[in-house]
Amino acid sequence: MSLFQIDFGNEETPHRVVGIDLGTTNSLVAFMDLTAPKVIPGADGSPIVPSVVSIPEHGEPIVGAPAVARLITDPESTIYSVKRLMGRGVADVQDELKLFPFHIAPGSESVIQLELGGKRFTPPGISAQVLRQLKRNAEAHLGESIDHAVITVPAYFNDAQRQATKDAGRIAGLQVMRLLNEPTAAALAYGLDKRQNGIVAVYDLGGGTFDISILKLHDGIFEVLATNGDTHLGGDDFDNLLLRVALEDIATEWGLDLSMDPVAVQTLRRAVIDAKHQLSTLAATTVAFHYQGRSYRRELTRDVFERLITPIVDRTLAPCRNCMADAGVTPEQIDEVVLVGGSTRVPLVREAVRVLFKAEPHTELNPDEVVALGAAVQAGILSGHVEDKLLLDVTPLSLGIETMGGVVSKLIHRNSTIPATASETFTTAVDGQRNVLIHVVQGEREMVRDCRSLARFDLKDIDPLPAGMAKIEVRFLIDANGILNVSAKDLRTGKEHSVEVKPSYGLTDEQVEAMILESFAKAEDDFNERQVREARVEADRILNAVDKAKGDDAYLELSEEERARVDNGIAELLLAYHGENHRLILDKMEALNKATMKLAELMMNSAVRGALKGTKIDQ
Amino acid sequence: MVSGPPPSDYFAIFGIEKKLALDLEDLQRRFYSNSREWHPDRHARASAQQLAWAEEASATLNDAWRVLRDPVARAEYVLKGEGFDIGEQRGKDVPPELLEEVFELNMALEEAREGDANAKSEVVRALAKFEGLLSEIDSERDTLFVEYDAASARDTLSRLRALLNRRKYLQNLVRDARATLA
Repeated sequence: MSLFQIDFGNEETPHRVVGIDLGTTNSLVAFMDLTAPKVIPGADGSPIVPSVVSIPEHGEPIVGAPAVARLITDPESTIYSVKRLMGRGVADVQDELKLFPFHIAPGSESVIQLELGGKRFTPPGISAQVLRQLKRNAEAHLGESIDHAVITVPAYFNDAQRQATKDAGRIAGLQVMRLLNEPTAAALAYGLDKRQNGIVAVYDLGGGTFDISILKLHDGIFEVLATNGDTHLGGDDFDNLLLRVALEDIATEWGLDLSMDPVAVQTLRRAVIDAKHQLSTLAATTVAFHYQGRSYRRELTRDVFERLITPIVDRTLAPCRNCMADAGVTPEQIDEVVLVGGSTRVPLVREAVRVLFKAEPHTELNPDEVVALGAAVQAGILSGHVEDKLLLDVTPLSLGIETMGGVVSKLIHRNSTIPATASETFTTAVDGQRNVLIHVVQGEREMVRDCRSLARFDLKDIDPLPAGMAKIEVRFLIDANGILNVSAKDLRTGKEHSVEVKPSYGLTDEQVEAMILESFAKAEDDFNERQVREARVEADRILNAVDKAKGDDAYLELSEEERARVDNGIAELLLAYHGENHRLILDKMEALNKATMKLAELMMNSAVRGALKGTKIDQ
Repeated sequence: MVSGPPPSDYFAIFGIEKKLALDLEDLQRRFYSNSREWHPDRHARASAQQLAWAEEASATLNDAWRVLRDPVARAEYVLKGEGFDIGEQRGKDVPPELLEEVFELNMALEEAREGDANAKSEVVRALAKFEGLLSEIDSERDTLFVEYDAASARDTLSRLRALLNRRKYLQNLVRDARATLA
């Protein structure tokens, strides 16, 4: 019997789960503090970690605010907006690559490989750097190791983009308990202290993605009715547009094309972003750019800015209308509209939302923080701390398989509540056929070529039988993360059938494993640090328990000598506590445990006596 | 707690009798209450086996909710369960009294697509008529629902299937007409 056991029993404390908003421009981590979610500040005091990673020639990757400075000084080895590349192939991102200063390595067909400082990185590998920084911030703030997280993704992310995000989490040493859709997260954060029942629309315009979700709230249930969006639409597009205009302007004024000069482009990019931010509150501002002894200044009014971006803002409207149609609601039936994402600070965006939904949108919560806060609430649901809330989300895109003539046969329709499942029976076309290849696609169009290829599944080792005799049932399950799982069963034998998966875009399991191993080499230091931290958490517990026990009547029953042993044990543990040797902390804990053994027994006896007398033990 | 695979019958999973006329509010209450029990988020710390069951139960429940809350999907589910073929039967069940009107609408649609303004007003007129017919069919459907729930007669289901085929046919017409006008 030890004091530890008396005080805390043997109950296993559940893992702490943090909520992470892994954004295009900024990322944040939050946790559930007793009853309310809270964002976690980094060493600089700000909870916002810019999603920027810089790879110096020597040393460790630089993440966040310090990396932002290097966008200008070292643009070719500094990456921003990597979320736009997640789960995509080179062919998909030609447009953005023109604007990115960094280079793509050859052989990037299924997974983009970025070349930085002579090294190669995949988008999940870069995102993992941002996640690691958030993990470190959370660990420093909470004083314990953090291994479990909820990570948010745009609702309109497809399977490959979701898988890439999950891979990033694994590479960063996080067990991704759940991928959570960003607008749903926001609804959860708002729903905490707002309305309990009604229809809510969440309009989420971030740095690089746009989502619209319509939810029904019913006594703690958050049921998503429909979602829609565009994973290539966001504030970045405003910046790129302003940047192009400014570059042309400078070309005319200076007679100099700066578009191929990465340092100039990134400096100018910073200047137009500053101007954009100012136009959220001012009617006019100046784009100021100094470069190699020359100066460019151009007044930009909000009016001109709005005329420029109107086509981009209008692109959000069709998804909103489609979403309402799918949800079966009219603007009049929507009780509340919530704005999420930094780009909803743009007055024109707010106006567009107001007109479309005929309602004044909510902006009480900080649009930069609301997604992370919601992720923390979901983390609380998963760890059992939040009991009355439940999210019922949907899959944003229909799932189908390729049939004869390149036609898609839909198995799970968009906006189906997840988890969702469908089965299909396959057979062979020729005598003795051993393999059946299944091509899975995601999208709303009729033809395979107009949909997104997800993966090819090979049903292997089918018993050689006459054509059409083999019957293999394939089960498709979209889990609560929106990720597809496939299993197959031979209906003749009832045996599970092996399925070999070849993802069309993304890392294979082996590649992810290799990246995890690679990170282990560097993780040695992290590991030691973590063990020390964990030992300190344990030490805190026992020190608290001893402290409490010293106030108990039983303590008075100890001899002078026994009390001195306890005090000595405390002093030695405290000394080890402030060192960096976790073994020493554990040894001293053990010693203190021994020194307080008698005390623990006395306390237990008096507790038992008390219980026998029928008095209640006051913990 | 989920302790085994869920029932695969859509009515059983809600704990209700097989009925065509359903109280949707009651169904929603049951959906939410079962979701609270079975959703995988409620079993995040359970064993892999429990989690798999929860996922299975939840997925079946979600599909059952999608099907049963929609009167047409619900009727088709029951018909299929009773061995009726519910495949596409387009054209077969066009009510003879409508043949002429349908033919005229198709002509008008063709002309309207080619930009004929007169044809457009004809489409609008026909659309109103067919929409009216659709809502008639829906109330007839509800009557058949009650009739089936009372006596479970196979003959009721036969008539229901014919009605649904007619509905499908009309709905396609209405959809085409709306798309042409839009």
